[in-house]
Amino acid sequence: MSLFAEFRKEWRYLIRSYRFLIAVVVLLFFGLTSPVLARYQEELMNAIPTGDITVSMPPATVMTAIGQYAKNMAQDGVLLGLLLTMGAVAMEKDKGTAAMMLVKPLPRGSFLTAKFLSLAAMFAICLIVTGLSAYYYTWLLFEAMNIGHWLVLNLLLFVYFLVIVAITLFCSTITRSQGAAIGIAFGLLVIGWFAGGILRLGKFMPGELVTWGVRLMQGDGSQSWIALGVSLGLIIVPLLAAWQIFKRQEL
Amino acid sequence: MLAVRIEGLSKIFGSFTALNGLSLGVEEGTIFGFLGPNGAGKTTTIRILTGLAHASSGKAWINGVEVGTNHNEVARQIGFLPEEPAFYTWMTPREFLNYVGEVFNLPAKDRLARIDELLTLAGLQESAKRRIGGFSRGMRQRLALAQALMNRPTVLLLDEPASALDPEGRKEVLDFIEQLRGRCTVFMSTHILADVERVCDTVGIIDHGKLVTQAPRDTLLAQYAIPAFEVQVEAQYEAGLKDWGESLKKISWVKSVSIDKLAARIVVNNVDIANKELLPSIERDGLIITRYEVVKPSLEEVFLHLVGQEEAVR
Repeated sequence: MSLFAEFRKEWRYLIRSYRFLIAVVVLLFFGLTSPVLARYQEELMNAIPTGDITVSMPPATVMTAIGQYAKNMAQDGVLLGLLLTMGAVAMEKDKGTAAMMLVKPLPRGSFLTAKFLSLAAMFAICLIVTGLSAYYYTWLLFEAMNIGHWLVLNLLLFVYFLVIVAITLFCSTITRSQGAAIGIAFGLLVIGWFAGGILRLGKFMPGELVTWGVRLMQGDGSQSWIALGVSLGLIIVPLLAAWQIFKRQEL
Repeated sequence: MLAVRIEGLSKIFGSFTALNGLSLGVEEGTIFGFLGPNGAGKTTTIRILTGLAHASSGKAWINGVEVGTNHNEVARQIGFLPEEPAFYTWMTPREFLNYVGEVFNLPAKDRLARIDELLTLAGLQESAKRRIGGFSRGMRQRLALAQALMNRPTVLLLDEPASALDPEGRKEVLDFIEQLRGRCTVFMSTHILADVERVCDTVGIIDHGKLVTQAPRDTLLAQYAIPAFEVQVEAQYEAGLKDWGESLKKISWVKSVSIDKLAARIVVNNVDIANKELLPSIERDGLIITRYEVVKPSLEEVFLHLVGQEEAVR
């Protein structure tokens, strides 16, 4: 019951603070511009005066649009995940609202879970709206895509978003300021990207989920189950760690 | 039964000892004033009682339930008002109280009735649909008290409930607390002695993390009573008062006499004899008095005396 009450509070907060609206508008904008830019990139490039330099563009295909969509969603997901999660716990600790409410029969686990679930629900709705809209636009400008594969691509993007949310929520729990939370979370992500690039671990990192989704859209059936397992681990472990730390924290 | 019991509570932050083996007990149904200078350990004690902080050693119980072992059971019995109440400023007071009621798992019908009752009690009925963000400090404090009462707590923990308020706000909050007498146990920390003197029936004085004394307010005042009397006369008896004072100085049970224009302060060795002899001696000298009183110490004097003693020992 307290989890439900807390979830309702968090959900109302996402709506009243316009966080939900911002997330939907940002993702929708980049989701819709992906097929449009892909379709008209040649025209756009030709409109730019280049003098004697000849710019040759490959012909736009549906795959160009899908690639752009996946790249845009992944980038925006990181940004929105960091910005919308960084203050979730840190701000409540700093302002004193956490202390005000956690002396009541509201388990700290419920407090954290409600925050994660509300953010997850928000990103899920954003991706449904954006995914459907982008699918329609891509179909209009190019051709119909495999709807099942499109669904899987968006599901993998959703898991990728949740990794960012879980890591940032963990950072927000261990710190008392939003700045510190986003700093540490960004640092951890940079370490992850370096590990992927330099140590050639990219195939096993959450970023691989986006590549997997794009491959699927191209008709390539190769799978990346390890990356999915690692991603799920990177959701569950930070959440469990945050809960354990938060349980012992003095407010 | 003790509503609040604390035994040997210590809290150490690095090299600073906030609580140093604090022990005390608060009887059910009393308004307990937890008095101490800034930094004495009052807030730390309340934070431990609410589960917001952990004790370095020692234990505490609320209605017999050990704090820190069963948070939910303790949480259902207490109401808490922090020194600086914080709210979700985007909510209205009705929404906030509803959220608090949901956290306490109150049935919808009971919850809605309780919200109306508390909004009326806090004088916020007319502001029930306004955002808390636009509230004054006094309104926030009243709302904070209302939320602390949502679950009909048996123990109400108030951390400096009136310290930050203007005189009008302070009066409102103290009246509010006064109304709770006998309905629940109030554990109220403050450094404002007048507030304690006004509403509390039992007082505990803490200094440097240790309990200096704990007693019913009137017992404490009587215990530290100054054996002195004050007499004031009409204007034409100024000279007569001086003569009377001089004659008193020769009496064995009189310790000292000081006269300031129309008022005399007589400190005695034996209060009982003074009670019998002083008024007849005034009558014998033919003085007409406008004021005659046994000097009672204020809680401030007792507090300064006790805390001063502690400092001297240290």
